[in-house]
Amino acid sequence: MRRIVLSAGDIDRALTRIAHEILEANKGPEGLVLLGIPRRGYPLAVRLAAKLAAADPAVDPERIVGQLDITMFRDDLARQPTRPPARTVLPAGGIDDRVVVLVDDVLFSGRTIRAALDAIVDLGRPRSVRLAVLVDRGHRELPIRADHVGKNLPTSRAEKVRVRLAEVDAGAGFAEDLVAIESLPAQEEAR
Amino acid sequence: MRHLLSTHDLSRADAIRILDTAEEMSAVNDREVKKLPALRGRTVVNLFFEDSTRTRISFEAAAKRLSADVINFAAKGSSVSKGESLKDTAQTLEAIGADAVVIRHPASGAAQRLATTDWISAAVVNAGDGTHEHPTQALLDAFTLRRHWAKLAGTPSGGTDLAGAKVTIVGDVLHSRVARSNVWLLTTLGAQVTLVAPPTLLPIGVEHWPCTVAYDFDEAIDAKPDAIMMLRVQAERMNASYFPSTGEYSRRWGLGDERFARLAELGLADTVILHPGPMVRGLEISSTAADSARSQVLRQVANGVSVRMAVLYLLLSSGLYAQDATAAHAKESAS
Repeated sequence: MRRIVLSAGDIDRALTRIAHEILEANKGPEGLVLLGIPRRGYPLAVRLAAKLAAADPAVDPERIVGQLDITMFRDDLARQPTRPPARTVLPAGGIDDRVVVLVDDVLFSGRTIRAALDAIVDLGRPRSVRLAVLVDRGHRELPIRADHVGKNLPTSRAEKVRVRLAEVDAGAGFAEDLVAIESLPAQEEAR
Repeated sequence: MRHLLSTHDLSRADAIRILDTAEEMSAVNDREVKKLPALRGRTVVNLFFEDSTRTRISFEAAAKRLSADVINFAAKGSSVSKGESLKDTAQTLEAIGADAVVIRHPASGAAQRLATTDWISAAVVNAGDGTHEHPTQALLDAFTLRRHWAKLAGTPSGGTDLAGAKVTIVGDVLHSRVARSNVWLLTTLGAQVTLVAPPTLLPIGVEHWPCTVAYDFDEAIDAKPDAIMMLRVQAERMNASYFPSTGEYSRRWGLGDERFARLAELGLADTVILHPGPMVRGLEISSTAADSARSQVLRQVANGVSVRMAVLYLLLSSGLYAQDATAAHAKESAS
């Protein structure tokens, strides 16, 4: 069963709010770098950068967005089928002494973010690292929290949160963005 | 993929997956911290029964950059010189807890033997077996060529193959595992391969290989190849005379100064020169050619580390998962 919890409009408004929160917390755009985590964190980071630029003309969206691949830093590499790594691309100025905002779609166990923090250490020494996510669904397994959250979604562990973004999923028939909660079939839950 | 034994049975999809992964690995080699934690706690054994400089160092660097522990084993100075068999050596490595064995051996099929017997459960990577195959060398050659042509076209190299490219491989094909691995891999990736060699240095059955064979190097250059790969004359494997004199070999099948100059005369500005190393300067290649801007030799060495990182990563990263899957499979078939 699938229940849509955020529509394309809801997602857009949440991102607009997060962009303003980022600017407010940072007291302006000084030193900001947005690093999106593949696959769906990166397009979100690109959208956030565009919104930052719309809010503050001093921001050049091209120069503050990057992509951070965390595949090699996962703690479950050995327990999963082999994953081919994705690309890590840093903005021209690097991340030394910048305020890095990690961007991802769903915050769940926190393990992805732990891996991302390790990956960042190998790339440079930012002044600080913040975390922006579209959805926080709870069930943290590590002491990690998000600084900017699009929506808090209380879920059960048996449910799955699906984020679909036009940039990534248009080919699979999702021309419009959405966030949905899928619950597994009843007999699965009963077990 | 459990082992990497040859390029003969490597599918196009697997080959491209290795090359694409190597592309990401090469980004790490440009960074200040050249280290990834992906293979932390895994042990890679370099088992070398034959001399090697770049392959062993390359595999060692690759394993270390992925945070694996590396044990180097050279047959010289080990119990092999006391008469220990391959089986006993392999079982010793198993007992030590090797997760991957990188093996170079003078006998063709040694890697296959390790992989298909129950001597060890580790992943086996063939780093050259006799005159059979040297798959990682072919992969790094393909990677080097793919990057070169992507750069010329101004497109990203990820996901692409070598369709339509003309590659000429020149020299001692008979003794060359590099030539064999390259013929299979480059044709799988869509390139047209031409072998150029004296008839005495071509193996029996070469007419069944998916490539064309020529005996005249000058005519092969007139056909305007996109890449020329020179092979070393493997004097140590020659127990008979295959050509009258080194002078004659060099004149007819070497890339000397005159032939090198003809590349420019024919307007082949983008034709590159590859050599798997070690080069014998003055025999199969002149110093002018080897040190020219066309030469990709050092780039091949650098790319070798990225490609071997990719291979080790793809073979080893899902180790526990693969073991669970095998165990589950065994359980299923038992019940």
